[in-house]
Amino acid sequence: MAKTVTNTETARMAELLSGYARAVDARRLRTLQGAALVVVLILVAAWSAEVRPITLFNKIGALTNYLGGTLKLDSGQHVWEDPVEWFWGLGKWLRLLGETLIMAYVGTLTGALIAFILCFTACSNLVRDHRVVFVMRRLLEFGRTVPDLVFALIFVYTFGLGPIPGVMAIAIHTTGALGKLFSEVVENIDMKPVEGITASGGSWVQAIRFAVLPQVQSNFLSYALLRFEINVRGAAVMGFVGAGGIGDELIVSIRKFYNSDVSAILVLIIATVMLIDYLTELARHRLIGAQVRT
Amino acid sequence: MSGTGLQNTFLAQREEINQRHATILRPVWRGLIGPVLVVTTMIILFCLGLWELGFSFEKIINGGDQLWVILGVMLPPNPETWSRALLYINAMVETVGIAFLGTLGAAILAFPFGFLAAKNVMPNWLVHVVSRRLFDTMRGVDILIWALIWINVVGLGPFAGVMAMMCADFGAFAKLFSEAIETADRRPVEGVIAAGGSELMAVRYGILPQVLPVILSQMLYYFESNTRSATIIGIVGAGGIGLHLSEMIRTVEWQQVSFIIVLMLIVVSAIDWLSTKLRLAVIGQRAH
Repeated sequence: MAKTVTNTETARMAELLSGYARAVDARRLRTLQGAALVVVLILVAAWSAEVRPITLFNKIGALTNYLGGTLKLDSGQHVWEDPVEWFWGLGKWLRLLGETLIMAYVGTLTGALIAFILCFTACSNLVRDHRVVFVMRRLLEFGRTVPDLVFALIFVYTFGLGPIPGVMAIAIHTTGALGKLFSEVVENIDMKPVEGITASGGSWVQAIRFAVLPQVQSNFLSYALLRFEINVRGAAVMGFVGAGGIGDELIVSIRKFYNSDVSAILVLIIATVMLIDYLTELARHRLIGAQVRT
Repeated sequence: MSGTGLQNTFLAQREEINQRHATILRPVWRGLIGPVLVVTTMIILFCLGLWELGFSFEKIINGGDQLWVILGVMLPPNPETWSRALLYINAMVETVGIAFLGTLGAAILAFPFGFLAAKNVMPNWLVHVVSRRLFDTMRGVDILIWALIWINVVGLGPFAGVMAMMCADFGAFAKLFSEAIETADRRPVEGVIAAGGSELMAVRYGILPQVLPVILSQMLYYFESNTRSATIIGIVGAGGIGLHLSEMIRTVEWQQVSFIIVLMLIVVSAIDWLSTKLRLAVIGQRAH
């Protein structure tokens, strides 16, 4: 009696074990297939992007040399031994950094305002006409898919060199990016207040003002602040194509091998970006805090 | 009758009610002082900014006119010859290749550093703080600046773009990975340790299964946005479609410019679609 029980148990156990082994094998096979696909993709991409590991291996010393070289003054001293000489152009650079920040601010605010006006027409829950929603979404997609530097290149041609094309490029890109985020926020709202306003005879604009806006305003502000942070980085390289800000000074010093200037300007840019990151994060935490309290 | 009674009770207790609910019953304009001040400052800053940057109606209208003319010339998009079209398509493949290799390379490099910067894996606060600052610094340098630096090292071409993308994304990935690891559930780790597993096993069987889907989905998201950035690094000579685009703008071949832009739009939305599909497959429909 006892023996038969043990036998069936062993048989059952063997069955379970082989089932488990089969399941594991199937999973391993799928993982292997995926890995093989990735390897093939890597090889194709590496061939297309002319990856040369040997050159990299041979020239990696050049990177450390170059980075080390940016930390040496013309006199051969290390930069930290003579900070006054290192930051010789501080006044000019700070003015350009200020211009960069103003570009980012004006561009972000303009873009955010346009996005704010357009986003309500790109939500399927507020606009009945699907064609309007479709067209608005494609328009916003265009604005955010074409990189801001491409807009800047075209605007430099039409508006001339200087910060104006940079600001306009930032504004258009911001409109596209924020418009999408804003309309996604609006599509996730609670529709009951909107129905309430509409039922009591309110117009579309009134419904947005009194039913939608109170639900979305802190999210909107938080996204706009995040975008400002991104745009500060973007504005810092606008000068590469002649569209104002500190980028112009940086690309000239990289191209002409003014090595200590490169490191000085980079230090200033990184410090500014970190400061802006810190400040916007502070502001966003306060916003979220305020939202939780009410 | 009861209406007037209620009114009388209210009038009698008015002072007391006002005191009890002071924040609710205060005049509306009081709550508006702060926002109005902020908005006014923002508008003044905006106007000062416009003035400082040299905006003027004349410039905007003149430039706008010219922009309108160019938009007219751009249509229809036309690469002129088949060999040019092929050249652009080839450059677009190169662009996607740069984005793919850059994203993958950055993620592989950042993976171990993510653990290094996670508080729950690395209790040494000095390592944690120093690695976080390092990531922030690398993230603060724009990809175009990295591209310029790498061009000095490995020469012009797409390889410099791949290396630049790796450097720029390394910081972002390491930060995101360490955050994913920090928010992982502690209980599986405790389970592995309680069953006699080593610390390494705890990471492998306790943390990795939790963070791997998050990491994969972030990689896919970055692949999509990197395709967008890979289209511009060619402007400084680091490979991809950007080189042709800036060249065509400089030589005012507007129909070719619009062809390249349309090509970019198509490829980027295809990648967008693909990465969203894969991302949903990785993290599951529900978690979206």
